Amino acid sequence: MKNFKQFAIGSAVALAIGASGYVAEAAAEDGNYVPLLTYRTGPYAGSGIHIANGMNDYLQMLNERDGGIGGVKIVIEECETGYNAQKGVECYEATKGKNAVVYNPYSTGITLQLIPKAAVDKIPVLSMGYGLSAAADGNTFPWVFNVPDTYWDGASVAIKYIGEQEGGLENLKGKKIGYIFLDAGYGREPIPLFEQMAEKFGFELVKYAVPGKEMQNQSSQWLNVRRDRPDYMIMWGWGAMSPTAIKEAVKIRYPMDKFIGVWWSAGDDDAAAGGEGAKGYKAMNFSGVGSDYPAIQDIKKLVVDAGKSQTDPESIGSTLYNRGVLNSVIIAEGIRAAQQLTGKKVITGEDMRAGLETLDLTNERLAELGLTGFAHPMKVTCEDHAGSHPVFIQQWDGEKWAVASGWIEPMKDLVRPLLEAAAKDYAEKNAPWPKRTEACPN
Amino acid sequence: MLYDIFIDPFVQMVEMPDFFLQVLWEGFVAGILYALIALGFVLIFKASGVFNFAQGIMVVFAGLTLVGLHENGVPAFLALILTIGVMGVLAYGIERVVMRPLVNQPDIILLMATIGLTYFLIGFGEFVFGGEPKRMIAEELGLPTGSTAFEMGERGLVILQHIDIAAAVIAIIMVTALGIFFNKTRIGRALRAVADDHQAALSVGISLNQIWAIVWFAAGLVALATGIMWGARSDVSFALEIVAFKALPVLILGGFTSIPGAIIGGLIIGFGEKIGEIYWGGLVGGGIESWLAYIIALIFLLFRPQGLFGEKIIERV
Repeated sequence: MKNFKQFAIGSAVALAIGASGYVAEAAAEDGNYVPLLTYRTGPYAGSGIHIANGMNDYLQMLNERDGGIGGVKIVIEECETGYNAQKGVECYEATKGKNAVVYNPYSTGITLQLIPKAAVDKIPVLSMGYGLSAAADGNTFPWVFNVPDTYWDGASVAIKYIGEQEGGLENLKGKKIGYIFLDAGYGREPIPLFEQMAEKFGFELVKYAVPGKEMQNQSSQWLNVRRDRPDYMIMWGWGAMSPTAIKEAVKIRYPMDKFIGVWWSAGDDDAAAGGEGAKGYKAMNFSGVGSDYPAIQDIKKLVVDAGKSQTDPESIGSTLYNRGVLNSVIIAEGIRAAQQLTGKKVITGEDMRAGLETLDLTNERLAELGLTGFAHPMKVTCEDHAGSHPVFIQQWDGEKWAVASGWIEPMKDLVRPLLEAAAKDYAEKNAPWPKRTEACPN
Repeated sequence: MLYDIFIDPFVQMVEMPDFFLQVLWEGFVAGILYALIALGFVLIFKASGVFNFAQGIMVVFAGLTLVGLHENGVPAFLALILTIGVMGVLAYGIERVVMRPLVNQPDIILLMATIGLTYFLIGFGEFVFGGEPKRMIAEELGLPTGSTAFEMGERGLVILQHIDIAAAVIAIIMVTALGIFFNKTRIGRALRAVADDHQAALSVGISLNQIWAIVWFAAGLVALATGIMWGARSDVSFALEIVAFKALPVLILGGFTSIPGAIIGGLIIGFGEKIGEIYWGGLVGGGIESWLAYIIALIFLLFRPQGLFGEKIIERV
């Protein structure tokens, strides 16, 4: 009956709004306006929905519990991008005039489009753990933040972890490491670092590209994996790509404990799709597992159970949901820092940029937020907008994720010089790239 | 370079026969699945001359309806029957709301109508079922899971997924049933008459509206079978809609009006793209599968512009 009703209402609404991007009107005058570029539709919705819910619910919870931040409500507005760069830019243009304080593109493709706009419109871009790795260089990219880690940090952690499994990085010589990736800006981003590490440590890198339209048709890629017999597989998958890859890996009987996904291929649904055979699959992560945190319980009580969210209660505490929560924690802490710096309650994008540059999420602060152990302490400086923070490995036990390692530091000594060189290269290729004039608030 | 192109792939095939067999099997399964999708396009094109742009989303919609009903507590087989009912209602609705008002309009108008239908079904499907991928209820429907491995030599192994075997069997049954339906039944003959000439068919008392509703329903059933099989291999998600367009080179190759053409075309594309990708793809950095299918189809077109089994169209001026 419920379904029938939904069918009837659905037909009317679907006719009315079609498949186009829809931006609800939000009043931004009395609060800090945070547009969320999300995707609940399209091929990447399987991942995007959880992130969107996590981001939304935490900010909503602050509004319900604390009346917002610093006594001012957060005005939250979602804009549907469908993980499409063009739609993402449309969402940006449609919302930036409402005194947006920060943008979270949730797509490396959209992030790359917004980076040049950020300095012009004076609205920072927060690409938490994704986007352009070189943007970690705060001197070249003062308006972009990719805390807590860049993709290059992630790539270095994956190789470091594999090295640990083999008894040291020196033992990687002669090994074959496969890299299966979504053939888009996101998946191609860490390739330069993987190639440099292959040369440095003497392993062979074998790449398997998965075009976006072939996400659910990966049998050729995995036949190649079967023929090449890589010692380890690393995945940069998103949306429908990750569960399909895990299923295919199970199908060719690839040893799952040697298959490691980036933190975006760490969804509960991704691993569960492989059934019993997916047991042993590993993924990197930098946000808490489960819902046993006071702040998450507040979300459940004040937002989800109160019917003020689209979240399926069962997905609270899942990896990608918690990732969305962490993203909003960083937004909220940025706003709070900006308020303290400027003395203003309603801040601007410029204030937010300064606030994010002073972000210092300590263990004590995490405890105050009701998120003890939810993330590793993270700090942003004017020079380093990512921070190369440690990540951990989690492993699928057939039903849920379990922590499978301690915190692993990225190879910062290797990554940082390359990031700076890449930032310089970006600025030269996009000349005249503006020189940093923003004062360092630290 | 010449060695890599002309010698090495064949050496690999001989040195690793188990792997070659595995590639052939994967090509066969892919071909069967492409053929299933192509079949849906062919049915509607045969009856109305329309390229049904909505076939891909019909696959997703049918799969989501089945899984969605089951998630709401409907037993698997009842959900299957109800989904068949939903596809019937959808077919009737399309005939009444989309096709009937557009009788005698140019083909391009009908094509645009199916594009509109696609976007309606995307929005409607996402509203009702949400955007999250769903697990296909293959086991609940009694479809086999797991795999059987055949050892070959010391290290050789050919792995056959049971669901892939089931897909092949179901596709063969569907093609045979549709073949019998079109050739041996009264409605089937009427459909062929409509396909040949709308006006002549109308003049002998064949109901165009009834035929269109039946053919859209048949295409819906094919979409449901495709949704179940593709969904069991990955998940039922809106990304499947894009996969459906893998049928395009199959249609170019097999002809838009031939059921055997869809099958043979599907198999040629399936085998061709897998063998091409695995043994020659590496020469150009891999990832050739998505365009290789079109190259294969275009080569065939050079010799048979109407496709392998398509009808030769002679227009006199």
